[in-house]
Amino acid sequence: MVLDFFRKQKYITVQPESENRDIPEGIWVKCSRCSEILFNKELDHNHKVCLKCGYHFRVPAHERMEMTLDEGSFREMDAGMLPVNPLNLPDYGDKLDSAVKKTGLKEAVVTGEGSIGGYPVVMVVMDARYMMGSMGTVVGEKITRAIEAAAAGCKPLLIFSASGGARMQEGILSLMQMAKTVAALTRLEEAGQLYISVLTDPTTGGVSASFAALGDIIIAEPGALIGFAGQRVIEQTIRQKLPEGFQRAEFLKQHGFVDMVVPRPQLRAVLTGLLDLHLREEI
Amino acid sequence: MQAILEFEKPIEELEVKIAELRNFATEKGIDLTNEIAILENRAREVKESIYSNLNSWQKVLIARHPERPNVYDYIKHLFTQFYELFGDRLYGDDPSVVGGIARFRGRAVTVLGHLKGKDTKENLARNFGMAHPEGYRKAMRLMKQAEKFKRPLICFIDTPGAYPGMGAEERGQSEAIARSILTMASLRTPIIAVIIGEGGSGGALAFGVGDRVLMLEHTIYSVISPEGYASILWKDASRNKEAAETFGITAQDVLKLGVVDRIVPEPVGGAHRDPEATAKSLGQAISESLDELLSTDPEILIESRYNKFRAMGQAYLV
Ligand SMILES: [Zn+2]
Repeated sequence: MVLDFFRKQKYITVQPESENRDIPEGIWVKCSRCSEILFNKELDHNHKVCLKCGYHFRVPAHERMEMTLDEGSFREMDAGMLPVNPLNLPDYGDKLDSAVKKTGLKEAVVTGEGSIGGYPVVMVVMDARYMMGSMGTVVGEKITRAIEAAAAGCKPLLIFSASGGARMQEGILSLMQMAKTVAALTRLEEAGQLYISVLTDPTTGGVSASFAALGDIIIAEPGALIGFAGQRVIEQTIRQKLPEGFQRAEFLKQHGFVDMVVPRPQLRAVLTGLLDLHLREEI
Repeated sequence: MQAILEFEKPIEELEVKIAELRNFATEKGIDLTNEIAILENRAREVKESIYSNLNSWQKVLIARHPERPNVYDYIKHLFTQFYELFGDRLYGDDPSVVGGIARFRGRAVTVLGHLKGKDTKENLARNFGMAHPEGYRKAMRLMKQAEKFKRPLICFIDTPGAYPGMGAEERGQSEAIARSILTMASLRTPIIAVIIGEGGSGGALAFGVGDRVLMLEHTIYSVISPEGYASILWKDASRNKEAAETFGITAQDVLKLGVVDRIVPEPVGGAHRDPEATAKSLGQAISESLDELLSTDPEILIESRYNKFRAMGQAYLV
């Protein structure tokens, strides 16, 4: 592995960096699937996909916006909306604080408008680093507003899901966000507007069982965990180990719940093509 | 009674004593009316004092009580001409979901509900009220049918949650729940949803997008079970009792959070002690809600339903 690391170095195409050289963890990262040591810059150039095994690293929300939208086109919506603690749970307040500190985000979702290949879209990206991307009141509200904006402004909607499900610390209000976001999708339906749902690792629980499952077109990233119940819960219920690949993107496609599994480096091109078919007439 | 909850024991002891006294009086031909009346009074007092001071965990136990009336009991007490309809026309029939058409106070309606069994055998047959995708898809078929024939839809919610199994995942548990929510959100007919026991997570919400959402007095509605909450957040499922007090799951908590419209009173001692009286109380509440909804224009109905769910949690935003 160490040998690999040095051998690879010769072929690296990235420019020698001057700024981050003294911070080792900023230079390389170990692939969580194949353990290959990867240069961060190289990994970034490859859309955070392992160059050796194709493992798709999780992508922070703002990076996802950058790699998907046309340069400089992103305008964030509801950027100032702060997290809330409706049940006043003391340890939840602390968890929110540390999530904010860790991610630099106010909540687990970023929403806004932008364009892809020149086509305007409303874009929603969840961030799994923030309390597993769980959906509470604010996440539900921001997503609902984004859906309503897409319906009102007649723009296609793109949602990149990454979530462990409903946020338990907000109790029943989190469950209700499923109803709220799904109800908003009826507005999009009435407006005849396109909704592309992109399922990234992980999309489970209350998010998989609400807006994420209802795209006109559903795309999943390779290897993404997608499902309703958690794997441990299923294993405890059926008292057996789950087979390899269970609840992965490819499994979902095989069972008819995903239209395509698209490797991340090709995703922007696929999205552009789909938008083009919906938004541009040739005759 | 087969299942006596720990905190109900003082009630049970008095009830046993009353029964014994009655038998004794009949056998020996003596008049013990006064003695029995005194004991009955005492039993009522004990019941009232216990049932007006229930903690959240005790409410969980009552909500899950094996003898609590289920959807079939309410159908028996509240509806006539019930015809059960089966199957999702796609894969199979899910016995943990009951649906059909019936008459409610003269009006044809569609009825849906989760069904828990009352004993182990029944529970195994009904999968403990935990539906598979085909259960939600059967429900959706009946919802669309209700819309077509302009029948109000009445949903009885009582489930620990959607079933977490391999087949359920393979057949799209997530999609089934999501689409059921979507179907309800846009259904052009009045919808009343009632939580009659356990309102467990997405599996409950799949029947819960109503114009009116009611909860019986001793029921729960939660994003996850208290056991799940304790095991995920505290890594200790045995702290379920503590969890129950923490995240606002009783009918009273849920009403305060603005998630349901109304709590329907149960007889003192809980629904399981008097299913008939419970059904009567619930029938009255359903009837009142239905009258309000039937006098509403369908366009306004859907708009109000949208606004109702659109507002969930909004009071807490800063
Ligand atoms: Zn790798």
